[in-house]
Amino acid sequence: MKRRPNLTIRFVAGTALFSVVLTCAAADGEQLLASRCAGCHNLTGPAPATLQALWDRKGPDLFYAGNKYKALWMQQWLQKPTRIRPAGMFYAAHIKPGPKSDEIDDATLDKHPALSPEDAKAVTAVLMQRKSGSDFVTAGAYTPGTISSSTGEMMFDKFRGCLACHEIEPGFGGLSGPEVYTAGARLQEDYLISYLRNPQAWDPKTFMPNKHLSDTDLQKLVHYLRLLSEESER
Amino acid sequence: MSAYRFPGAFVCGAALLWAMAVQAAEKPEDNYRTYCVQCHGLQGNGKGINVRDMSVQPRDHTDAEAMAARSDDDLFKVIKEGGVAINKSVLMPAWGDVLNDEEIRGLVAHLRKLCQCTYGSK
Repeated sequence: MKRRPNLTIRFVAGTALFSVVLTCAAADGEQLLASRCAGCHNLTGPAPATLQALWDRKGPDLFYAGNKYKALWMQQWLQKPTRIRPAGMFYAAHIKPGPKSDEIDDATLDKHPALSPEDAKAVTAVLMQRKSGSDFVTAGAYTPGTISSSTGEMMFDKFRGCLACHEIEPGFGGLSGPEVYTAGARLQEDYLISYLRNPQAWDPKTFMPNKHLSDTDLQKLVHYLRLLSEESER
Repeated sequence: MSAYRFPGAFVCGAALLWAMAVQAAEKPEDNYRTYCVQCHGLQGNGKGINVRDMSVQPRDHTDAEAMAARSDDDLFKVIKEGGVAINKSVLMPAWGDVLNDEEIRGLVAHLRKLCQCTYGSK
């Protein structure tokens, strides 16, 4: 009987301490976002409404990061960032005429800074809370399934023409859009279904066209992106 | 004072609508730079950043003979509805969800500048 008050006090104190720790972590994350991320990323929206705003965008919009990215991938990527868009956010600002075709002008591209494990965790935690665009995402829209590599590639290339702008492995595919061989690890499946159905709903001026994919094709495409990520991780 | 507020509000509203209208239609060369250059190239010669692994190469917009074989209606249709709409490659996407008809007409005029040609001129 005597222990009950003590337990209650301990529980309340523990909960308060946990809340304080959480609050501090969140505050650190927000501070990091403001000091290290806000210069290149839009954290509050809206997406660019003019071409000039699109051209000026230095990094992906993050005001819907919690609906878009997988937390585990983000936390790892922030510690060891790699280039996802071979020609930068707006490709035309980073290319030059070459002898055979336009080429990427590497001198114009900046590297993404790497964060410490602690900072990556704190930043990921606060980014996952940014969930603009939830109206566009249907939870459970993606139904896990499989597709063969050959069928997936046939669809991605010959039938839908996605390969024109996206690399499906390092050194193979188009360069103006983000590579897709890590998309399955990087992006939430329900977001992929939503974005691929209507890219302009998320980003009105994007140079990613609406391919008017059927529901079946959307599912198959996400199966394929997941397969590509599994293959690239081997 | 209230008699003066209505004209003031009207002028501001009209200015806002004008600004929105101006914002709605981008310049043809800017739309070309944003949506077309990735495949058709900085110089419009069909040598864009994406051509390396494309199974069908993009149209050279400076090729007067090839471009003169396409009517303005065909060019409008292929930009708005994609290559498949005129029995051409699926690699040419439909841009009708991004560009309005006025902007697409502007792009057709821009293509005629690049090729320095008109339909049936060569």
